[in-house]
Amino acid sequence: MSPTDSARQADADALLTVTGLHKAFGANEVLRGIDLSVRRGEVLVLIGPSGSGKTTVLRSINGLEIPDAGIVTAPDGIRIDYSAKPAKKDILAMRDRTAMVFQHNNLFPHMTVLENIIEGPVQVKGVSKAVATAEAVALLDRVGLAEKRDVYPFQLSGGQAQRVGIVRALALKPQLLLFDEPTSALDPELVGEVLAVMKELADEGWTMVVVTHEISFARGVADEILFMDGGVIVERGTPKEIFTAPKQERTKQFLHRILSPLD
Amino acid sequence: MVPDAAWQLFWSSLWPLVSGAITGTIPLALISFALGLVLALFVALMRLSRNRVVSGIARGYISVIRGTPLLVQLFIIFYGLPSIGLTIDPWPSAIIAFSLNVGGYAAEVIRAAILSVHKGQWEAAYTIGMSRARALRRIILPQAARVSVPPLSNTFISLVKDTSLASVILVTEMFRVAQRIAAFSQEFMLIYIEAALIYWVICLALSSGQSALEKRLDRYVAH
Ligand SMILES: Nc1ncnc2c1ncn2[C@@H]1O[C@H](COP(=O)(O)OP(=O)(O)O)[C@@H](O)[C@H]1O
Ligand SMILES: [Mg+2]
Repeated sequence: MSPTDSARQADADALLTVTGLHKAFGANEVLRGIDLSVRRGEVLVLIGPSGSGKTTVLRSINGLEIPDAGIVTAPDGIRIDYSAKPAKKDILAMRDRTAMVFQHNNLFPHMTVLENIIEGPVQVKGVSKAVATAEAVALLDRVGLAEKRDVYPFQLSGGQAQRVGIVRALALKPQLLLFDEPTSALDPELVGEVLAVMKELADEGWTMVVVTHEISFARGVADEILFMDGGVIVERGTPKEIFTAPKQERTKQFLHRILSPLD
Repeated sequence: MVPDAAWQLFWSSLWPLVSGAITGTIPLALISFALGLVLALFVALMRLSRNRVVSGIARGYISVIRGTPLLVQLFIIFYGLPSIGLTIDPWPSAIIAFSLNVGGYAAEVIRAAILSVHKGQWEAAYTIGMSRARALRRIILPQAARVSVPPLSNTFISLVKDTSLASVILVTEMFRVAQRIAAFSQEFMLIYIEAALIYWVICLALSSGQSALEKRLDRYVAH
């Protein structure tokens, strides 16, 4: 899809539009022109082999990575053109609208579960501690971790820690949730509990960009799937289009490899 | 000297020595350490700055402090500066010298501790909207603190012992008291061993304080 196509697609409904994203680490060209857009309430899933640039795309959305070129736009007139040095306030505005769930939960080890969750609302957003605590407890309850509020992260299982990471993100009331392989570091039996929470969020209408290798999740939850390889989007479409009738050879090979790795 | 007389001198010297520790050694060490730590934090942050000039200044400072003897630093401040018209009293001279010294050594400890905190912690702090300064204060430094307790305790214990050097610039801390008693009584061996014992007791107390602090800071890590 050319940039003009995606520009047409970036209608008023779009919560996020990314056009012409480029990023190199030294001589390694990691992103070579990425275009995508997400509408309110939509779930966009990024799949692709390791090293294809998925994480870098996510990190470019919230300014954890500064791309070499590309334009990121969001509602309320946010427009960051990375061909110049981005303004700090624009990056902070993007971070204000987004929240991220990491592959390794990155919970703050010196804070209890509750303190982890209210840190952003209280310290950054200026919410009162009482209100933030009440909201945090309600969210913890929703993911079945109410009784864990006062324990430290090291006392949680991987799946619990990842659910707390999701709650920490939700507590910021972002417009857009970014997930970077939230289940890849988990023991297989813990994957389900995390995906279940994510599916619930999608059903509730949260807007999400998810990098994952969980094909059944992608099939069931995604509105659109992007298959990335070598820093470009090789193919995009609905789950049905991508999983039942992939057009590109590279997509077919990738899906074959992850669906039947022994063949 | 008969043992009885030796004991008597030991006991009669104990209070003057301990009081020298209480009014000299300990406050000198505490004040210098506190000021030195504040300085060290700034120097560590300068050293981590992406600005070449800023990090270069910090690097130069650390290099000078670590590359020159503390005794010489003390002499420069107390005996040297007056010759360019800057006369500083013994106590402030000692505090300046010791603080600058701690600043140089502790800066490297703090820098290493900050670098030892996983990069993901910075990123998580940024994604919840924190600025660099707030991330440092709320997320990174508390974790770095745990890592730096053992090496900073060493710095502090060294400092307590190094305060004895202040005796040469006329600060009446414990060792200067000891020198006076020894000169007066001519019982050098006895008095200096007694002083050594008191330093040792102070350092033992500090070591157990260190363990208690480590235990407290360990409440959030797996054992
Ligand atoms: N900070 C970095 N410095 C250098 N190379 C990096 C950095 N981050 C990512 N890369 C490289 O960029 C490429 C894409 O990485 P990434 O976006 O993490 O891919 P994916 O998430 O699809 O596995 C990889 O080759 C990786 O080694
Ligand atoms: Mg990745």
